[in-house]
Formats: sequence, structure tokens, C-alpha cells
Amino acid sequence: MTDTDDSAGWFAGGTSASAEAAGDESALRARIADGEADAPRDWPHLAVESGFADSRADYYDRLHEASVAATREAVRERERADDKQLVHAVRAMDDCERTANELAERAAEWAGSLFDEAEPGIEGARAVAEREPDGELERRAVSLSARVADLAAERDALAETIDRIAPAVAPNLAEMAGPELAARLIALAGGLESLAKKPSGTVQVLGAEDALFAHLSGRAPSPKHGIIYTHEYVRNTRPEDRGSASRALAGKLTLAARVDHYSGERRETLHAELRERMATIRARAEEGKDDDRSGGDADAEGDV
Amino acid sequence: MYGEPTADGWRAWDPGRSKLGGMFELGFQTGLSGGETVLYLGAASGTTVSHVADFAGPTYAVEFAPRPARDLVEAAEPRDRLFPLLKDARTPTRYAHVVESDVDAIVQDVATRGQAEVAVRNARFLADDGRLLLAIKARSEDVTAAPEAVFESALDRLREAYEILETRRLDRFHEDHLGVVATPK
Repeated sequence: MTDTDDSAGWFAGGTSASAEAAGDESALRARIADGEADAPRDWPHLAVESGFADSRADYYDRLHEASVAATREAVRERERADDKQLVHAVRAMDDCERTANELAERAAEWAGSLFDEAEPGIEGARAVAEREPDGELERRAVSLSARVADLAAERDALAETIDRIAPAVAPNLAEMAGPELAARLIALAGGLESLAKKPSGTVQVLGAEDALFAHLSGRAPSPKHGIIYTHEYVRNTRPEDRGSASRALAGKLTLAARVDHYSGERRETLHAELRERMATIRARAEEGKDDDRSGGDADAEGDV
Repeated sequence: MYGEPTADGWRAWDPGRSKLGGMFELGFQTGLSGGETVLYLGAASGTTVSHVADFAGPTYAVEFAPRPARDLVEAAEPRDRLFPLLKDARTPTRYAHVVESDVDAIVQDVATRGQAEVAVRNARFLADDGRLLLAIKARSEDVTAAPEAVFESALDRLREAYEILETRRLDRFHEDHLGVVATPK
């Protein structure tokens, strides 16, 4: 009973109060939460006309009941998408990926001894999982490959979930870092609150703990970046400017995490400032040696 | 409801806690006298909107952040003509299937950038002779710019959809806020 009509009210498809069924109420709540219309109309009048409500007063009573329930449900759902859940999801995703790759190796080795055309990796395991096994050993090898394919599918599903909930948990951080990196930073820090309380220099090297401790014991130079290396702003900046780029990025990511934790509102200025700073850093590549091609399109904005 | 003084069923409305309360106190021509249909954008935890719903008619309360919205739901539950909605005021199509057309007043108190833009996008809900009661927070637009400059550019954007009837600073109660009363063009 999904109504996709752009000019229908939230009560479209609902039955009159007298014929009210339990399933109907939850469908109405879902319509309030997820529905859309191009333009408002005289809904109370239309609802009475269509027989959904007996009178305007009856319509408002039903709207009150449905909107309170729908909003309470939506609030609960949004609040459940908290940082701890995000941490679980990203750790589970990493475990699935690591285990799938490990098992894929074993499955490929086994399948290679049984079948002629066995490709390595997750793709190979998916192909083997499709086979019709013959005999007990083949059945086991094919079954093992099927587990690998399932694990890989679970990993993809977790990635999709992270894409969806990270912006609800940390809107600014997710926009700046992308959902996956945002989730990883939160996981490495042990929560959004502790990430918000970390200095930017710590955020810059989160995930590079080995290199950091090697440096602290005097064996190595200080690390320029940790997990934020995966961000386009760091990776696609020429090596001699990566220190500046990761410092600038880490600074803004830290501010984004603080805004997300303490206010929860989107703050556009933060994103604009980072874009500007990155354009300046990348413009250096143009000014200096012309043989360096790491600049990219950001340089075009850099010469203002 | 939030610890305000009450007597004989009346609740004290603190103009220092509510932008709309401040506008009343400063003598704005709000056009609200009781029984109106109201769309309230940026209802937050429901402090002001609960006062509005107590004297107005059907009141739609839109709030985007889940934490304050939880309190809003609690405020709405005992008020049978107050309808809470967890929606983003910047995308009116997401609640146009619930909020009726031709409301008598839009009260807007959202603390995001583009406050004038939000008002313009929501003009579709307002009756031709309806009123927009808007509190513009300068710091939400640009913390560094002078409030006067921020207000001027916001009013310019507003004039594309509204005729401005009255503006006055709310500084007595709320620093760097401009109160605006407008009607659709």
C-alpha cells in the first residue's frame, strides 16, 4: 500500500476511523515520516471529503495521534544511530573484510586442486560457490567458498549501513571525511566525545601509533599522517605538501567532530574554510616546479 | 512545562527565553490573537511552541534535531492541536503532505545559515493575508560580519517573496537578533 502520488496527503490510503485496523495506523505513521508532497493543500478538507475523517475536529485528533507517534518513533530511531553503534559497524566491517580475504585464499587453494578454472580472491570464491559439487570433498570446498561470498556480502551491507548512519551521528565529520573515514576516526578515538576532546595533532596521527611510538623512542621521524592518509586531500597532494595538507585537514576534522558532538548542527563555514586552505596548499605545486602534476583542479580556485 | 511560574491555569511566558515572546513584549503587530493555524519552524524543545499552541488553533511544529525533538513530543502529547514533526525546514516538500495550506502564521526561529532562504521556501504554506513572524540570528549567518550587514542581506532575500511590514532589533531580550513581521507579496 505504498502511495507515491506527489499530490496526496499523509492520510492517502488510510481508512476511516470506524474501520481502523492496527496495521493501518503504522502505515499512517510511516507516511508522516517518509511521505512527500510538491505543495501543501487543504488537507483537513480533503480528508473529510475522502471519508478518512468525519469532521475537521476528527481529522485533527487523528493527525495529533499519528504525528506524536511518528515523531516519537523517528526520534528514537535517530537517537539509536549513536556513535557506539557506528563503532561496532565499522569494526565488524573490517573483521568481515579481513576474514573474507583470509578464507578466500584458503578456499582458492583448495578449489584449485579440485577444479580447473579457479580464480583467486573474493571473485574467485563467488564463482566456485556457484558450482554444482560432486562428492563430499567438492561439497565442502564449494560450501567454504559460499561462506566467503556471504562474508563479502555482509561487508558490503555494513559499508552501506555506515554510509547511512554516519551522517546522522556526525553530520559535519561525515561530510568532510566521508562516512567511512568518519566512522574509523570515531572508532580509533573510542567514540565521538573522545574524538571531540582530542587535540588536532593527535587526530592527525590517529592510526599511525606504531610510527608515532617509533618516533617517540627516537628511532624514526614523526609521522605526518595516520588514517587520514586515505582522504583525497592528503593522498592526492604532492609528497612535500602532505604535511601541511594533513595538518590543515586534521585541524578542521577536529573542529567538525566538536561541532557534531556539542551542537549537532551542520556548519558550512567549516567546510568552506578547509576548501580554501587546501586550494592554497595545492597552489604551491603550481608556483614551484612545473613538472609536478599532483595539483589537480583545486589549483584553479587557488589563484584568487 | 519547563519550570515557569503558573497560576490559575496561566503560564508565565518569559520574553528572555523566547524570541516570539520578546516580539510580543516589544509590541510587534504579530496578528496573533487566538485560534490561528500556525506553522512553527525551529520548534526546538517546544518551549515557545507550547505557549503558541495554548492560545492558537492547529499548530504544526517542525524541528530537525532529534534531542530537542524528544522534549517537543512530550510537550505536544497533552496538547491535542499541536502536531510535532521531525523534519528539516529547508526541505518543505518533506512535510507538505502533512502541513495544510493557507496557514495564518509562520513563526520561524531556526539557527542555521540561510534563515531568509528557509522563510522564502516555506512561503507556500502561508495564506495571502498571513503573517511571517521571523527572528533572524545574525551569528548563525556569519559570526564575523557586522549584524547590520547580515540583516540587510537577509531582508533583501526575503523581499523576493514577502512584503516586510515591520523590523526591530530584539537586543533587549536576545542579542544580535532581528525581529521581522512580513506578509506574502
